[in-house]
Amino acid sequence: MKLHEFQSKGILAHYGISVPNGVVVTEPQEAWVVAKQLGAPVILKAQVHAGGRGEAGGVKIAKSAEEAESIAKKMIGMKLVTKQTGAGGKIVKKLLVEKTANIEKEFYISISIDRKSGRPMFLASSEGGMSIEEVSETNPDAIFMRTIDPTIGIMPSQAREIAYRLGLSKQVKQTSKLIIGIYKAFIDTDASMVELNPFILTKEGDILALDAKINIDDSAMFRHKDIAKLRDVTEETETEIKSSFYGLSFVQLEGNIGCMVNGAGLAMATMDLIKISGGEPANFLDIGGGAGKEKVGHAFSLILQDENIKAILINIFGGITRCDEVANGIISAAKELGLTLPMAVRLKGANFEEGSKILKESGLKFEVYSSLNDAAAAAVKMANA
Amino acid sequence: MSILVNKNTKVVIQGMTGKEGTIHATGCIDYGTNVVAGVTPGKGGTTHLGVPVFNTVMEAVEKTGANCSLIFVPPPFAADAIVEAADANLKLIVCITEGIPVRDMVMAKRFIEGKGITLIGPNCPGILSADECKIGIMPGNIFKKGKAGVISRSGTLVYEIVDQLTNEGVGETTCAGLGGDPVIGTKYNFWLEQFQNDPDTEAIVMVGEIGGDDEVVAADYIKKHVTKPVVAFIAGRTAPEGKRMGHAGAIITGKKGTAMYKMNALREAGATVVENPALIGKAVRNLLSN
Repeated sequence: MKLHEFQSKGILAHYGISVPNGVVVTEPQEAWVVAKQLGAPVILKAQVHAGGRGEAGGVKIAKSAEEAESIAKKMIGMKLVTKQTGAGGKIVKKLLVEKTANIEKEFYISISIDRKSGRPMFLASSEGGMSIEEVSETNPDAIFMRTIDPTIGIMPSQAREIAYRLGLSKQVKQTSKLIIGIYKAFIDTDASMVELNPFILTKEGDILALDAKINIDDSAMFRHKDIAKLRDVTEETETEIKSSFYGLSFVQLEGNIGCMVNGAGLAMATMDLIKISGGEPANFLDIGGGAGKEKVGHAFSLILQDENIKAILINIFGGITRCDEVANGIISAAKELGLTLPMAVRLKGANFEEGSKILKESGLKFEVYSSLNDAAAAAVKMANA
Repeated sequence: MSILVNKNTKVVIQGMTGKEGTIHATGCIDYGTNVVAGVTPGKGGTTHLGVPVFNTVMEAVEKTGANCSLIFVPPPFAADAIVEAADANLKLIVCITEGIPVRDMVMAKRFIEGKGITLIGPNCPGILSADECKIGIMPGNIFKKGKAGVISRSGTLVYEIVDQLTNEGVGETTCAGLGGDPVIGTKYNFWLEQFQNDPDTEAIVMVGEIGGDDEVVAADYIKKHVTKPVVAFIAGRTAPEGKRMGHAGAIITGKKGTAMYKMNALREAGATVVENPALIGKAVRNLLSN
């Protein structure tokens, strides 16, 4: 689950990390009040779940309370298109209004799980404010990595080492406090990532978290009822909300052949095969194990949201999931939705003969295959017809 | 010969009396696996599927001599189950559970480090040695004893490929699932070494996907240590960057995580990279008949 910047900063502040004074607003008049209270100049930051806000016009400085109000008027309700939102962009509903800081130097720090060692790992760089991917391309030596043994947690010497590496020798105490705070927040909240880009050294010599991003491990949400309340459903698309509710994994793509597959790996392989066969997949969709009528029905409605769909390829490899069960699910869902699109269905594995028979006798527009290649070729042909 | 497990492996199943545990324990027993015990706290002293159930893994091991654990415990308790199996001195632990919090797995993985334990999974279909035993959830009927050692990060995709291998007359020695999570036990290199040293395995089939760089690390290992033919497939060449494709670990976050980068690395290492997932079985058969 993604958290907003203001939520992330709230959590970090709880761990003793200095963040700028600020308030979240949803109305332009509130921006005026907050600017008056904090004292201008202030910075107004669009609160959306996407990076690259600055370049897209989602971060603005106001020199007076009046200017803050007029900027807020323009920003609230605007569609923000950043390199991470996709062409659709995101509607700005909340602004974080903060006291501006006097930046001496910007730094980068993040913590996430290193897959290689299976341990938490810090990434730190003295080149803050840029994306870490960019720094790793242009100046990899500027990135310092440090894995932490989870049984003992972060030790002060390790935090100091990072501070010295960043060249913050005069602010070692403050920087160590920040790093240890990040580690504790990361562990306590079951975060998959905590990123401060940038944290800064101010002209006054203080260390301040200027931007913050926390993502929480979805698998751990059951033990974080407090964090669950921070979920902003308006940042998620209807598709994302529904697919997670029904236990489906769905990702929208650009093509015109809808896919329904059991298993993530097989779903990706099926998309790849469509491409090899000369077509374009419209989506990634893993219906997971066991797929009754209701689940298959929701899977169909997810696929059909896309108006470009010309054909559907269903690929089921029965194991625990039985093909005849899926076939029944497909038929009742297709009938209920009044589905008229051509469908290529490939069934293999447990009870595939029964499943194929059920589909063929349904009177619906199925072409049933046992060969994966044939099914993909048929779907491409249908889409191009 | 088969890798790591055979019909003599004595399996204790943690979470055997639950719904999932019951279904899959039945499947394992039917395949011929020597399931000697079940463990469910509070159900010790009972019998399930004709197998004695114990309160703790330790007791199960003491009473039955189990030497491998298979875990179907729900996600909030699964990491604890791994630690319990390790405490009972089991050297092979297979964890099927999907959705374990990553932090729990970080701790469990750290706990078993240096203890000589092989952990398979979590979020994996387990391990199966053809016509010997199945410790997991793979559909046993698609396997036939043969020549290919199979390693995969995903479930149904590897069933698809095993089915092809069986239909092409190649067959399998052992098939192992690594798991779709970011923090897992065994990775490709462990299995590459096992298959390289197994006299019955004539070819190695490696099924990868986008995300992480384990396949790139494997390519380096293949180049240095593997002399047997390796056939590889990487799923997700059409996957967009930055989107999670079902598996928690299947997300492209850097150029090494892309399918193309992995395929190139494997090709350079001398592996045969097959691009069409429907033609993997054929590719292995052709390679072996040459």
